[in-house]
Amino acid sequence: MPTIEDLHSGLGRGPHRGTASVVAVTTKASSAGIVNTVSTPGVRRAFTPRKKKKPWKSWLLFLLFAGPNVALLIVFTYKPLLQSLYYSTLQWNLGSAAAIPVGLGNYVSWFTDPGTSRVVTVTLIFTVATVGGGMVIGLLFAVLLNRKLHGRGAARTIVVAPYVLSGVAVGLLWLFVFDPNFGITAALLDAIGVASPPWYNDPHWALVMVIIVYLWKNVGYVALIYLAALQSVPRDLLEAASLDGASPMRAFRNIVLPLLGPTTFFLSITTLLSSLQSFDIIQAMTKGGPLEGTTTMMYQIYQEGFQAGRAGYSSAVATILFAVLLVVTLIQMKYVEKRVHY
Amino acid sequence: MAPTRTSPTTTTPRRRQPLQLGGYLGLVLAIAIMVLPLVWMFLAGFKERDEIYTVPIQWLPEAYDLSNYAAALAAVPFGNFFLNSTITTVIGAGLKMLLGLTTAYAVVFLEFPFKKFVFGLVIFALLVPQQIVMIPNFTLVASLGWINTYQGIIVPGLASAFGTFLFRQHFLTLPISILEAAALDGASHWTRLWRFIVPISAPTIAAVALVSIVSEWNEYLWPLLVVDRADMMTLPVGLTLLQNNDGVTNWGVLMAGTVLVTVPVLIAFFALQKRIIAGLTAGGVTG
Repeated sequence: MPTIEDLHSGLGRGPHRGTASVVAVTTKASSAGIVNTVSTPGVRRAFTPRKKKKPWKSWLLFLLFAGPNVALLIVFTYKPLLQSLYYSTLQWNLGSAAAIPVGLGNYVSWFTDPGTSRVVTVTLIFTVATVGGGMVIGLLFAVLLNRKLHGRGAARTIVVAPYVLSGVAVGLLWLFVFDPNFGITAALLDAIGVASPPWYNDPHWALVMVIIVYLWKNVGYVALIYLAALQSVPRDLLEAASLDGASPMRAFRNIVLPLLGPTTFFLSITTLLSSLQSFDIIQAMTKGGPLEGTTTMMYQIYQEGFQAGRAGYSSAVATILFAVLLVVTLIQMKYVEKRVHY
Repeated sequence: MAPTRTSPTTTTPRRRQPLQLGGYLGLVLAIAIMVLPLVWMFLAGFKERDEIYTVPIQWLPEAYDLSNYAAALAAVPFGNFFLNSTITTVIGAGLKMLLGLTTAYAVVFLEFPFKKFVFGLVIFALLVPQQIVMIPNFTLVASLGWINTYQGIIVPGLASAFGTFLFRQHFLTLPISILEAAALDGASHWTRLWRFIVPISAPTIAAVALVSIVSEWNEYLWPLLVVDRADMMTLPVGLTLLQNNDGVTNWGVLMAGTVLVTVPVLIAFFALQKRIIAGLTAGGVTG
C-alpha cells in the first residue's frame, strides 16, 4: 500500500523532472517511428525501460494503455468531486434548471440544524461499532480458525460466505430473523424469558439491529485477513516464548499482536471506508428510520439528494463527510506509520 | 501472495485437550451464527402463511412446494433481473479487468514522465466513496440520456483503481527474465501483455476477477439511482420490489426471492472458494 507521502510526491512535480530528463538523455539517439516498435528485434531492446531507445513511443503506448482508465477516473471521480464542491454552494434541487448561489449557506444550515447532532451521533456509533467490533470479532474468529481443529477449513469458508452476498438480500433475510413476533431472535429471547425488543419501531434498537447485520455480513473478511497474517507468525517465536514461561495470553499480547500491526493498520482503513459507505443494509432494513434513528451521514446524502431533492444541501454534507474521511485517513497513516513496524 | 501457505514450522502438533474442546465449541458457535439466518431464509421460502405467522416459531415447513417461488416470479420480472445482472456484471467486470491490466502494465513496464502522478491519481480514487460523487454523476448520466440503460449502469463505475493496484503489485514480482525473452523475440507490448504476462499471472487475475464479479453482481446504490423501470433492474434492485408489494410483508414470497438472489452466489462461492478467498486476501497481504 503506498503511503500518503507517495501520493504527495506523485502530486508534486519535483521527482519527475529528474526521471523525465534521464529518459530524454538516454533516448536522444532514437529515430522516429511509432508502428515499428513491434518488429524491431535486437539485443538492445531489452525489457527494462531504462534501455529503451524511443521515449515518446513509450509515452504514446503508456497513454494508450493507461489513458482510458485515467480518463474514466477524471470524468467519473475527479471532475464530479469538484462539481460536488461547487454544487454545495448552491440552493439547487435535483433536475431543476434554477440554482441560486448561497455561498456557505448549506454548510451553515447543516451545522445549525437541530437534527445534525443526531445524524453525527448515529454515524459515530455505527462507525465505531462496525469498525471496532468488526476488528475484535474478526480477530477472535481468526485466532479460532488458526487453531489445529478439524473442519476449520470448512468453517473459514462458511464464515466468509456472507461477505459475498448482496447487502440488500442480507438485510431482507435478517429483517425476518429479527421479526419481533415470528423471528429467530424473538424465539431465542422468549426461551430465556425476555420479550423481544421492538427492533423495527425503536430508533435505538433499529441502530443495534443494522450494526449486528453489518457485522454478520462483513466480519468474515476481517477474520480472513487476520487469519492470513496469523499464519505468517513464526511458530518458533511462540515456542521460544512458551519455553521462557510466557503464558499463551502473554505471548499473544506481546508477540502476536505487535506482529499483526500492519494488518490492523490496513484493516482499520479499509473497514472504515466500507463502513462509512454502507447503504444497502440500511436501505433494505430501515430506510434510515424509525425517527431517523439509523440515518448516517452517508444515508443522509442519499436522502437529501434523491428523496428530498435538495442536491445542493446533499452536496454540502458529502463535502463535509469527504473532508472528515480524508483527515481521518491521513491521521491514521501518519500516526500508525510511526507505531507499526513493517 | 499465497496467503494460505503455512510455513514448515507450523507442523508441530500441540496437545491441549481442554483448550481443544473450547475451540470446537467456539467453532460450532461461529458456524451456527453464520449459517442459521441462511437456513431460516431457505426454509421460509417453502412455508405457507400460517407456518410463518406462528408462535412458537416453526422451523420446518409442512411441505416443500414451490408456491412462494411461483408467486415471486409472477410478481416481478425475475428473468429480466437475472439477465440484466448478468449483462452488467459480465461487461462491467470484464472491462474493469481489461482497464486494470493495461493500466498496471503501463505503470510497471512503460516509461512516462508523469508516471508516478498517474499512479497516484489511480490510487487516490480509492479514497473517494461513490456516494460523494453520485449527484454530479447522476446529472451527467441523465443528460446523456443513459437513464434505464446498460451503459448508464456500467460506465460510471468502470474505472479500475483497486485492480490496477493489485496487478501492479503482482507485475513487480514477475521474473524479469521471461519478459526479457519476450522483448528479444520482438514481441510488441500488447503481445507481451497477453502472451506472456497474462498467462503467468492467471491465478492473480482469476482471483481479482472473481472478487470484481461478486461486487458488480451485488452493486445496489448506483443501479437504484439510474434505473426506475422494472425490466431494466438488476437483481438487488428488483428484489426490493417484493418488499412493499402490498404494504404488508409477505415473508414467504420475499424469502423465496431472496433465495433466488443469494443461492447462485453461494453456490459459485463454495465452488470457487479457494480463488475468491485468494482474491479477497490479496489486498491485505500485499498491504
